[in-house]
Amino acid sequence: MEHTSDSYYVPDQSIWPIVGAIAMFLMLGGTGLVLNDLQNAEHASQSSSLIMYSGMIILTIMLFGWFGNVIAESRRGAYSPQVDISFRYGMSWFIFSEVMFFLAFFGVLYYARAFSVPWLGGEGDKGISHMLWPDFEAVWPLLTPPNPELFTPIKEVIDPWHLPLINTILLVTSSFTVTFAHHALRHGDRAKIKIWLAITLIFGLTFLAFQAEEYIEAYQHLDLTLNSGIYGATFFLLTGFHGLHVTIGSIILFILLIRVFKGHFTPDNHFAFEAGSWYWHFVDVVWLLLFVVVYVF
Amino acid sequence: MSEQTLTIDDHDHHDHGPAKGLLRWVFTTNHKDIGTLYLIFSLTMFFIGGMMAFVIRAELFQPGMQLVDPGFFNQMTTMHGLIMVFGAVMPGFVGLANWQIPLMVGAPDMALPRMNNWSFWILPFAFTMLLSTLFMGGGAPGFGWTFYAPLSTTYAPPSVTFFIFAIHMMGISSIMGAMNIIVTLFNMRAPGMGLMQMPMFAWSWLITAFLLVAVMPVLAAVVTMMLMDIHFATSFFSAAGGGDPVLFQHIFWFFGHPEVYIMILPAFGVVSEILPTFSRKKLFGYHSMVYALIAIALLSFVVWAHHMFTVGMPIGGQLFFMYATMLIAVPTGVKVFNWVATMFKGSLTFETPMLFAIAFVVLFTVGGFSGIMLAIAPVDFQYQDTYFVVAHFHYVLVPGAIFGIVAGVYYWLPKWCGKMYDESLGKMHFWLSFIGLNLTFFPMHFVGLAGMPRRVPDYALQFADFNMMASMGAFLFGTSQLIFVYLVIKAVRSGKEAAQVPWESAEGLEWTLPTPLPYHTFTTPPVIEQK
Repeated sequence: MEHTSDSYYVPDQSIWPIVGAIAMFLMLGGTGLVLNDLQNAEHASQSSSLIMYSGMIILTIMLFGWFGNVIAESRRGAYSPQVDISFRYGMSWFIFSEVMFFLAFFGVLYYARAFSVPWLGGEGDKGISHMLWPDFEAVWPLLTPPNPELFTPIKEVIDPWHLPLINTILLVTSSFTVTFAHHALRHGDRAKIKIWLAITLIFGLTFLAFQAEEYIEAYQHLDLTLNSGIYGATFFLLTGFHGLHVTIGSIILFILLIRVFKGHFTPDNHFAFEAGSWYWHFVDVVWLLLFVVVYVF
Repeated sequence: MSEQTLTIDDHDHHDHGPAKGLLRWVFTTNHKDIGTLYLIFSLTMFFIGGMMAFVIRAELFQPGMQLVDPGFFNQMTTMHGLIMVFGAVMPGFVGLANWQIPLMVGAPDMALPRMNNWSFWILPFAFTMLLSTLFMGGGAPGFGWTFYAPLSTTYAPPSVTFFIFAIHMMGISSIMGAMNIIVTLFNMRAPGMGLMQMPMFAWSWLITAFLLVAVMPVLAAVVTMMLMDIHFATSFFSAAGGGDPVLFQHIFWFFGHPEVYIMILPAFGVVSEILPTFSRKKLFGYHSMVYALIAIALLSFVVWAHHMFTVGMPIGGQLFFMYATMLIAVPTGVKVFNWVATMFKGSLTFETPMLFAIAFVVLFTVGGFSGIMLAIAPVDFQYQDTYFVVAHFHYVLVPGAIFGIVAGVYYWLPKWCGKMYDESLGKMHFWLSFIGLNLTFFPMHFVGLAGMPRRVPDYALQFADFNMMASMGAFLFGTSQLIFVYLVIKAVRSGKEAAQVPWESAEGLEWTLPTPLPYHTFTTPPVIEQK
């Protein structure tokens, strides 16, 4: 019983937004309770993680329900070209907001390397801050933080020319393979879409596996942890949020692959596929920047 | 702006009204319903934040500690700021945008109606989480609405975790709301309406929405780093690990300065709609108004450090941020000039929306002038963290942002509900608010210049008289807002029927629609013919 206008599809009432809001509240509130329990173990309670997981489950249900509605509407042709443009603008601005999110983190790395660490080492107008830790030496990568008692020193940093290089190759190649899949889709070659999309997904998952291996190596052998001063903090912040985005991107690719197998998408109507590939390219570009400024230099 | 003729194609062949029952408001995808929800939410938060202001002003009524302990006083100043910024002003403008933008550009609804509902319904949950911190062990956050590290990290109460997640939720809501507005304005304007034919309110929101999408993620980033410093032993804002507490201020104000324009640009838009109507003239200098908006928005990204002149920046940095800040006075001056020029030689009448709009122009300019004073780095060392700053930003936010929202509600209410409000009650509301706010905030300039620090529950005897005046003004301003609530309820329930165009010479697509407004409007886009 949705309200159709002559040119634009205005959906009728939907239950999913409020479900999403409740899910978000439970998930974040539960996470907050869990985190505070960790700091104050005496007052920890069982229900904290229960609230958090219930939020996650409801959020998953919401995503399936909401996207399910959109897919059904799209497949029965409810969306005019103008609606399609709205989706495109929406996705582009969403990616722009993600760019700004990462920009802040890159800004932090820049600030640490250009200002805070050299200043602590005695440089600049604020050389006075050198008095705090007179033995501190400003170098990058910063292995020994100003106060090594509070923040544990790093033995060694990750060598960019092993796992990170392989990961770079993997992600860059996957950006190409997803484009091959897109070309196949536009030519209606469904067998090729499946192959290229599956390859892209495998590259993404391999990337994540290597990233996990790298983290284990960092924690177990290099003493490179969240607690090892600004180097460890920025390292895990940037690679961690990037890894989270690769995970989300892989889930998107996986869903797209299932939809291709179910016979969705036509050569002219496949916005979801394009949005997914935009997201994947974005994740790739972030990695390239990250590889250069976090690992190499 | 070119002359336009409007062709309204009025065949609402399958129009239907709202669903029945209260759940309509929960599941709705209608921009009018969601606009109403935003406005009611904003008003509720305005009163909750206002109660906190009452606690603050009651404590400051006389020197000495009278009513609350200093920790609770700090929680009140913190929560008052957060609730007014994120709960009252921003949702208020989003409410106006939801109601007006589709009507003003001839769209059937917002571009992404389900997401629109989500943007709204996140907010009550976010503010439930934020307000719940008041009842937690260790109390609510008391580190100020700017939550500087390490006060907000190393020395924060445990409730800070929930403060962080509440901010995350507000950010997600704002980003989605802003994206919706951008997409609507880019994609759903009536055929024939170019960008430079958009109403000023639409333009002001386009720029605001851009700022929101650009800086809310930065806020999310900075609270995420706080969370990691608190719970995951990182050292972003701790010098002992090579980080820097000042880094927090840089990132925060990179968000924070565009944020203050997010709170004022839509008010610019509202005023630019109202002044021409009641001056019976076209808006003076439409193009320069648009360019001024764009200039203000772009400059807002390169002035953030004027909030932190006293942290010990290199002199070159201070000079850059001082001059960049002063540059903003130029486009802002263009806007004020154009508003005055719009009124100049017009046939002015002074209905309530016009009174609020004129007060906006005058009092916002007062706040702008004190802003220029604060921008001067060497003298800012004197003003930093004094009541002069409090006076400054309340002058741009109360008669600026709040008056902007209220003026917009008075102006468009007859169209929304089809009923007129009581004009004499409206005028009473205006004059009491006007007197109350000036009585509250003007003396703050004097005590600030004389050296009274902000965020303190007690003060030296020499500041007593002005503080008592300010407190009385605050009580007057706060209670007179009840008139507004009464007036709106009275108008909706038993107001006189409003004409289709309740204001003589009001222009714009929204006035071409019938009164009362149908539930769905512009299901067939109006065609705007260019002459």
